[in-house]
Amino acid sequence: MVHFPLLTTILLTPIWGILVLSIMPREADKTIKMIAAVTMAIALGLTLYAYWAYDITLGGLQYVEHVPWIEELGVAYSLGVDGISLPLLLLTMLVGFSAVFVSWNIDKRSKEFFIQLLLLIVGAIGTFVSQDLFIFLLFYELGIVPTYIMMVVWGSAERVSKEYAAMKLTIYLLLGSAFMLAGVIALYVNAFPAGMRTFGMQALAQAHVLGNLSEHVQVIVFFLLLLGFGSTLSMWPFYSWAPDGYAAAPTGVSMLHAGVLKKVGGYGLIRIGLLILPLGVKFWAPFIAIFAVVNVLYAAFVALAQKDLKYIIGYSSISHMGYILIGFAALNVISIDGAIANMFAHGIMSALFFAMIGLVYDKTKTRQVPELGGLAHQMPRIATGFMLAGMSSLGLPGLAGFIPEFTTFVGAFKVYPLYTFIAISGIVFTAVYILRMLANVLFGPRREEFDSCRDASGAELVSLVLLGTVLVAFGFFPQILIGVINSSVEPIMATLMGGAF
Amino acid sequence: MFNQYALHHAWLIPLLPAFAFIFVGFFLRRLPAVAGFVSICMSLLSFILSLGVGYGVIARQITVDNPLVQKIPWVSIAGFQADMGVYVDPISAMMLVVVSLVALLVQIYSLGYMRGDNGFGRFFAYLSLFAASMLGLVIAVNFVQLFVFWELVGLCSYLLIGFYFNKVSAREAAKKAFITTRIGDFGLLIGILFLQILFGTLDFQQLAATVPTYVMQHGTALLTIVALLIFLGPIGKSGQFPLHVWLPDAMEGPTPVSALIHAATMVVAGVYLVARAFFLFSVLPDAMAVIAWIGAFTACFAASIAFTQRDIKRILAYSTISQLGYMMLALGVGSVTASMFHLMTHAFFKALMFLAAGAVLHALPEKNDIFTMGGLRHKMPVTFAAMTIGVLAISGIPPFAGFFSKDEILLAVAQVSTPLYTIAVVTSFMTAFYMARLLIVVFCGEEKPENQPHEAPLSMRIPLIVLGVLAVIGGYIPYANNFGDWVRFGAAVHEGIDFSVAATSTVIAILAMCLAWFIYGNGMVRSDKISRRFRIFYKVSFHKYYIDELYLWFNHTFVDGFGKLLYWLELHFVEAILIKVAASLPVKLGNVVRKSQNGNLQRYGLVMFGAMILVVVWLVLLNPLFNGVAGGAY
Repeated sequence: MVHFPLLTTILLTPIWGILVLSIMPREADKTIKMIAAVTMAIALGLTLYAYWAYDITLGGLQYVEHVPWIEELGVAYSLGVDGISLPLLLLTMLVGFSAVFVSWNIDKRSKEFFIQLLLLIVGAIGTFVSQDLFIFLLFYELGIVPTYIMMVVWGSAERVSKEYAAMKLTIYLLLGSAFMLAGVIALYVNAFPAGMRTFGMQALAQAHVLGNLSEHVQVIVFFLLLLGFGSTLSMWPFYSWAPDGYAAAPTGVSMLHAGVLKKVGGYGLIRIGLLILPLGVKFWAPFIAIFAVVNVLYAAFVALAQKDLKYIIGYSSISHMGYILIGFAALNVISIDGAIANMFAHGIMSALFFAMIGLVYDKTKTRQVPELGGLAHQMPRIATGFMLAGMSSLGLPGLAGFIPEFTTFVGAFKVYPLYTFIAISGIVFTAVYILRMLANVLFGPRREEFDSCRDASGAELVSLVLLGTVLVAFGFFPQILIGVINSSVEPIMATLMGGAF
Repeated sequence: MFNQYALHHAWLIPLLPAFAFIFVGFFLRRLPAVAGFVSICMSLLSFILSLGVGYGVIARQITVDNPLVQKIPWVSIAGFQADMGVYVDPISAMMLVVVSLVALLVQIYSLGYMRGDNGFGRFFAYLSLFAASMLGLVIAVNFVQLFVFWELVGLCSYLLIGFYFNKVSAREAAKKAFITTRIGDFGLLIGILFLQILFGTLDFQQLAATVPTYVMQHGTALLTIVALLIFLGPIGKSGQFPLHVWLPDAMEGPTPVSALIHAATMVVAGVYLVARAFFLFSVLPDAMAVIAWIGAFTACFAASIAFTQRDIKRILAYSTISQLGYMMLALGVGSVTASMFHLMTHAFFKALMFLAAGAVLHALPEKNDIFTMGGLRHKMPVTFAAMTIGVLAISGIPPFAGFFSKDEILLAVAQVSTPLYTIAVVTSFMTAFYMARLLIVVFCGEEKPENQPHEAPLSMRIPLIVLGVLAVIGGYIPYANNFGDWVRFGAAVHEGIDFSVAATSTVIAILAMCLAWFIYGNGMVRSDKISRRFRIFYKVSFHKYYIDELYLWFNHTFVDGFGKLLYWLELHFVEAILIKVAASLPVKLGNVVRKSQNGNLQRYGLVMFGAMILVVVWLVLLNPLFNGVAGGAY
C-alpha cells in the first residue's frame, strides 16, 4: 500500500526549518523566530493529525515506511509509530513548539540557537519514530551535542558553572550511550546468525521468539541498555547530571530535556528492553523496582532541601521517574500503560514548570526561593501556570498526572505491594515540597521590588496556554491518552504473557 | 414530570456550577455583579434540580437497596475500568439537597460579605468550582470518581483558605490543610488499590454485592486493614484526631467559606464516604469499633479545646470537629440514619452560626477575640437571634433541629456501649457550655464603646433567616416524616424518642448553659479564678494539647532534617568522590598515553609493525570464519 509518508514529513519539517534558518542573515531576528515557530507549528499540526487518525481498534504499528539502506548490515530507513511512541511524539511536538516561544526573548546569536533547538527536536522525533535500532541510535546521539553547546553558550550558572554542568551531563549521557552501544552490538551479533543480521526492531523482537537469544545473553544485554537508558531517565544512582544540567541549561533546553529527552530512556526500556529482551527485563525488574522506590523518596527528600527553583523541579522530576520505573518493573498491562501515560503527563508538566521558572527568572532575575515571594500579586498568569504544573505534579485529579499515576499504582501494587506502598508515600512528600515552593514563591505579602515586573504576555503566554490546556484536557479525558497507549500495550503484553512471563 | 427529568439529568447538578466556574473564572472575573449573578443562577438551578431528585426519590420509591445508577466509562484499559456517573439513592439525594442549598445560601450571603473585595470574581469562581466538585463527590458511583472529586474539593478548600494570599497566616494554613489531608488520602489511596486488587472493581454496587461473599470465604483480617486504610481518608478530611490540626487553621479563609466548606459540606465528605462504603465497614466489627472510638474521642477532645479558645471562628471550628466526631461515632455504632440525620441538621445550624459569626466580623472588622466584643444584641438583633437558634440547636434543646439528631445518635450509642455513651453525654455537656459561653460573651453584657456594630445588609440577612428557620424545623419535620425509612443502611430502625435519653441530654445541656451564665453572664463565678486554679488544664487546653507544636517539630526535625542530610551527603560524597575520581581517571590515563606519543618515528613504526603481526595472528589462528578461508587455500 502506497500512502503519504507522514512520519518522514514530520521528521523532515524541522530539518527543512534548519536549512531555511541556515541561509537566513543573522540580523533577521524576528524572521528567524517566526520560521522556527512556523516549522514547529506545521510539525505539531501533522502530529496532531497522526494522533487523531491513529486507528485504536487496529492498534500496533501504523504509518509504516520502510526503505532498505545499508543492506549488508541490515540497516533500513524504517519508520512507524504505535500507541507507545505516538503519545511521546505528540509530547515532543507540544514541548518543542512551546520551547520555541519560551526562547522568544533570546537575542544573542538567535540564529544558531534556533538551529540547534530544532536539531534537538529532530533528535527526539527520530528516536520515537524509528523502527530500526541503527537509526534510533543515530538520532539518540544527535540530541546530546546541541545540548552541550546550548548550555555553554546560552546557559546560566547558579550552584556550579554552566561549563561544569554541561560537561557533567555530556559525559554521563555519552558514557551511558557507550554502554548502550555495546549492548546493541551484542544484541545485533547474537540475535541472528551471520548473513541474516538486522537492526530492524520488529525483526529483532522475533529473535527471542525464535529462541535465538538465550536468557543469559538477554540479561547481559539488557543490563548494558539499562546503564544507558537508566542514565537518560535519571534512574538512581545515575541521576546526578540532571539537576545541574537543567539548572544550567537555557529554559527551552531544560523543557526539552526534562520533558522529552528523559522519556527516551523510558521509551528505550520498553521498546528495546521489553519488546526485544523480555527475559532480561524480567530478570532485572525486581532490582529496577528497588531503584524506583529510591528514586521517588530520595529525590523527594533532596528536593525539600533545595532553594533554587530549577533544582527543586530537577529533583522533583527525578522523583517522578521513580513512578515510571516502578510501573515498568511491574510488567503488566495496567502498570505499563500507566508508566507510558506518566511519561507524557510528566513531560508536559515539567515543561510547563520550567517555562514558568524561565519567565520568573527573566523578570525577577532570580531563581532563589527565599528572594522571591508574593508573585501572584504582580503576575497572576504566571501564578496560574505554576499552580497548574504544581497540582499536576502532586497528582491532582482533573489534571493529566492523576490517571497515569493511579493506573501505575494499581498495576504495580499487584506485583510489588511493599515497594509500591513505600513509593506512594512519596505523594505526601511531593505535596510538601511543591506546596512549600508555591506558597513561598507565589503567595504572601506583595513585594515592591517586583512591582515593575510585567505579567506574561504575547509569545510568553503560548507555552502556558498550550501546556496548561493539555494538562486539563488530558486530565478530564484521560481515555484519549491511555486508550491509545493501551491499544498497543495490551496485545504486546498478551504475547509476552503467553511466552516469556 | 419534573422529578423524572431531574432524576435522569442529575448529572447536570454538578455540571451547572462547573459552567459557572468556567465562565466566571475565565471571562467574568473583572465584572463582580455579573460574576455573582451567574454563579448564583447556576447554584439556584442546581438546587432546584436537587429538589427534583429528592422528590423523585420519594415518588419513585428509590431506596438505598435499589438506587438509580447511570454511568459512562471514563477510563477503560485492559483489567481496569473506571466510570463516571450518578448514583441516586436517598442518602445521596439528601446530600444533594443539603449541599446545593447551603452553597446557594452562602453565595447569596457572599454578595454582601465580599462586596468591594478585589478578588470578588475569583471568590465566586472558586465557590462554584467547590460546589461542582462537592456535588460530583456526592453522586459518585465508584471509588475512583469519589477520589477524584474528593481531591478536587480539597483543592478548592486549599484555594479558598488561602484566598487572602497576601496574609502569610492564610498561605500557611492553606498549605497545612492540603498536606494534612494528603496524609489521610495516602491511606485512602492504598485502601482503594487494595480493593481493586482484591475485588477487581471499585464500583460501589459490585463491591457491595461481593464483599459479604469474600468475608465468608477469607475472613475479615485483611479487609479490616483495608477498611482502616480507607478510613484514614475520612480522618484527614473530616478533621478527626490525630489529623484534625488543619481545620481550626482553615478559619483563615473568608467566613462564608468556613460556613460552606469547613462546617456544612466538605468536612462531612469523610462521614459521607464511610456511609457510602458502609457495605464494607458494617461487616468488619473491629473497624467499626475503631471508627466509633476515634469519633467519640475526637468529639470529646475537640470540645475540651473549644472550652478555652477566644477566637470566635476557632471556637466554632473546634465545635465542628467535635460534631463530626459525633457523626463518626454514630457510624461506628452502626447507625447510618443517625449519622446522616445529624449531618443534615448540623449543616443547617453550623452554617447558620458561621454566617452569624461572619456578620459579627463584618460589623467589627479586625476583631476576632470574643472578649473584645460584647453587647452586640442591641445593634444586631437578627444576627443575635440567628446565633441563639444555632446555639440552642447544637446544644440539643428541644424542639430545635439538633435535639432530634443528637438524640438519635445518643440512643444508638446507648444501645451499643455504655463507655461510649458516657463520653457522648459528657461531650454534649461541654458543647452546651462553650456554645453558651460564646453567645453570652459576644452578645450579652455591656457594649464596648470602641465598637461600632451595625446589622448585616439584606443579602446577608436572608440566608441567616432561611437557615434559622431550617435550624428550628430541620429536625422535627424529617423526624416526623420517617427520615429513617429512607436514609438508612440495611433494615429501617424505628426508635422513636427514648425519654430517658432525651431527658438526660436536655437536662445536662440546660445545666451547662446555666453554668456558663453564672460564669460569663452575671459573673457569680469568676472565670479568671477558675483558669488560675486549674492552670495546667487551662494551658493544655488553650494550647490545643501542644499537638501543632509537636507536628511542626517533627516536620522540621525529621522531614526537613532528613532532606538536608541527604543533600549534604550528595554534595560532599556523591559529587566529590564519585565524580571527581571518575573525572580525574581520564586525565591520568591520558598522561600515560601521552608519554608514548613523543614524536619518535622509529617507535611508531615498531608499534605499527607489532600491531599488524598481532592482527594477522589473530585472524589466522583465532577467527573461525577466517580459518575456513585459510583451510580452503591450503
